[in-house]
Amino acid sequence: MADEVLTAPLVLEYPFTRTTGPVIGGFLTGLREGVIHGVRRSDGTVMCPPLEYDPITAAPLSELVAVGTVGTVTTWTWNGEPRAQQPFAQPFAWAMITLDGADTPMLHAVFVDSADDMATGMRVEVVWREEREGHITDIAGFIPAVASSTGEPAAMPSDVEQIQSVRTPIRMEYTYTPGRALSQYLRAMKDKRILGDKCPETGEVSVPPRGVSSVAGKPTLPELVDLPDTGYIESFNITRVPIKMRPDLTPPYVSAWIVLDGASVGFMGLGMNVEPEDVRVGMRVRAVWKPDDELEMSAQNILGWEPTGEPDEVITDYARVGRLEQGGGQ
Amino acid sequence: MGKERAAVLGVGQTKYDTTYPGSMAGMLREAAANALEMSGKGWDDIDAVIMGKAPDFFEGVMMPEVYLAEALGCVGKPIMRVHTAGSVGGSTACVATSMIQSGVHETVLTIGWEKQSESNAMWALSLPQPFATSVNAGAGGYFSPIIRRYMMMTEAPELIGCMVALKDRKHALNNPYAHLHQPDLTFEQVVESPMLWDPIRYSETCPSSDGACAIVLGSEKVAEAHDGPVAWIKGIAMRSESGSFAGRNMVSPAASEACADDVFAQAGIQDRRKEIDAVEMYVPFSWYEPMWLESLGFAEKGQGWRMVEEGATSIDGGDLPVNCSGGVLSSNPIGASGMIRFGEAALQVMGLAGDHQVDGAKTAVGHAYGGAAQYYAMWVVGADK
Repeated sequence: MADEVLTAPLVLEYPFTRTTGPVIGGFLTGLREGVIHGVRRSDGTVMCPPLEYDPITAAPLSELVAVGTVGTVTTWTWNGEPRAQQPFAQPFAWAMITLDGADTPMLHAVFVDSADDMATGMRVEVVWREEREGHITDIAGFIPAVASSTGEPAAMPSDVEQIQSVRTPIRMEYTYTPGRALSQYLRAMKDKRILGDKCPETGEVSVPPRGVSSVAGKPTLPELVDLPDTGYIESFNITRVPIKMRPDLTPPYVSAWIVLDGASVGFMGLGMNVEPEDVRVGMRVRAVWKPDDELEMSAQNILGWEPTGEPDEVITDYARVGRLEQGGGQ
Repeated sequence: MGKERAAVLGVGQTKYDTTYPGSMAGMLREAAANALEMSGKGWDDIDAVIMGKAPDFFEGVMMPEVYLAEALGCVGKPIMRVHTAGSVGGSTACVATSMIQSGVHETVLTIGWEKQSESNAMWALSLPQPFATSVNAGAGGYFSPIIRRYMMMTEAPELIGCMVALKDRKHALNNPYAHLHQPDLTFEQVVESPMLWDPIRYSETCPSSDGACAIVLGSEKVAEAHDGPVAWIKGIAMRSESGSFAGRNMVSPAASEACADDVFAQAGIQDRRKEIDAVEMYVPFSWYEPMWLESLGFAEKGQGWRMVEEGATSIDGGDLPVNCSGGVLSSNPIGASGMIRFGEAALQVMGLAGDHQVDGAKTAVGHAYGGAAQYYAMWVVGADK
């Protein structure tokens, strides 16, 4: 049990904004209008989807050419278990599709019932999304072409507003594993205990534990060290304006390096129950814990750090941080 | 050691701005084309491309070196990407130089960039972690306690940082590529600008910029054949250290001092303040100018702020002009910012720095740092071989 390592989901999600430039912007503008464009390369061939620079000569490319909406599958594979952000929820084929009028294939999804319905050389036609905005997802996918489809490029309307930028949300899902030393630390947190780990060579005590000594480059001792929930402020920052990324914190608030008694290295904590103007380098502080019935296996059990009222820690060297010798002051 | 000599033949930049109006590929192409033009070289003359970029999260483009190869003319040639957080532009120039010093290549294109308009670097630097509390928000929140320590250590006057900020913004007025051009900015306005990360004021921080900076490097043979000024590379150095350990000197990290000692020894520099004519140092928050002046050995410990106060780092009469381009405080396309420092140092000794040229500059320094002030890159360039 003590060796069991904790895990937690970690989701990173952000909507990036791309400035497209004229070539990619022209391609996306076409999609919105129901027209697919390739770009003419220096050798006269047409590359679709377009790139801004020729993969063979590296020359800049600019001449957009409308291509057909019907094309030929040049190779394919079956996707039996689609993931959340893929074009179709049901199983489908990924295919390389060379559209009529283009010389290079585009990777896209072909929606058929089973792999038996797929073949290299088969003709497919585009399925447009009903609401189009000038984004690659305006093409919903492809289906087998019906015999009557010519796939002639549609006429591009004149005087349309060009796409200049596009939003590209990115989402990544990880399983976060804090590791053995940190897992022990987090378990102890549930009992309002703070654990650090010790370097076998220098005696340096780190909290939270790191599992490795950053100076000696050696694994820390397997036995963790119990530390009190008191220490001092090494230095601090006062954030005075709202930070958009942290709506949970109301300025002005103090973020301080806290060095626990018996620890060698500090960590960042939130100042509490003190006016920012009254915070000092060297100020003695103690942890403010969550109520006992809300304690979890998390460092978030400590809400912040409040003054103890004891005399300040004496700091003699403002350049260096932490305690050089464990328990020995600066 | 049998190192080959290397030299800068050309430096190319884009106008730094809130938003570069084209694509990321187009932005890099423009900087590279500008560097090639100055170097008198064509795309076919380039043997390899060495690119540098801050974390992928900053723009959400994973492995940008793959997508950008053609934009950099890199068809059928080696391409390599370097990453050392904010110092990456400097480290990339160092790696590119070593490609020539080692005799592997004759002519190398190196480039760094950032398109901050596509994302939010503060978000990328403040990612939540399960089980943990995070009270940090962006780089300013991290560096503010270090600056506070420096201020306590030196008992420097409170407004030294404001003096640096005003000086760099005035310098930027002479650099057409600089992002911030604030001709009417006054010292009072800097002082009265809101405290963001106390003791750091808004005006003492760098902007969020789009931009790219490229450098064309050549071997001795290539440089000798070049019709025009070159900047000879007298030394390159890189160092790193852990961001947190007991006894760490946060104000002047050991890796910073070791990097400086190494690069000045390679260049044969004895009296740093006297022998160096111009410095482009990485100052994203104003107080880092006096801090680096001390760490890099231009001032005694605790005395860097006096150089600021005396105007020693101003192009207007100072004996050690720092960031004549306006520096990071005036333009911060993160992945490019180190490369810009290196490129601007080269332009100074080539005599091509335009309106922000230091008269008669013969020897100059480019400097960059990154991460938790834990990655360092420097070069010394000279007009003479």
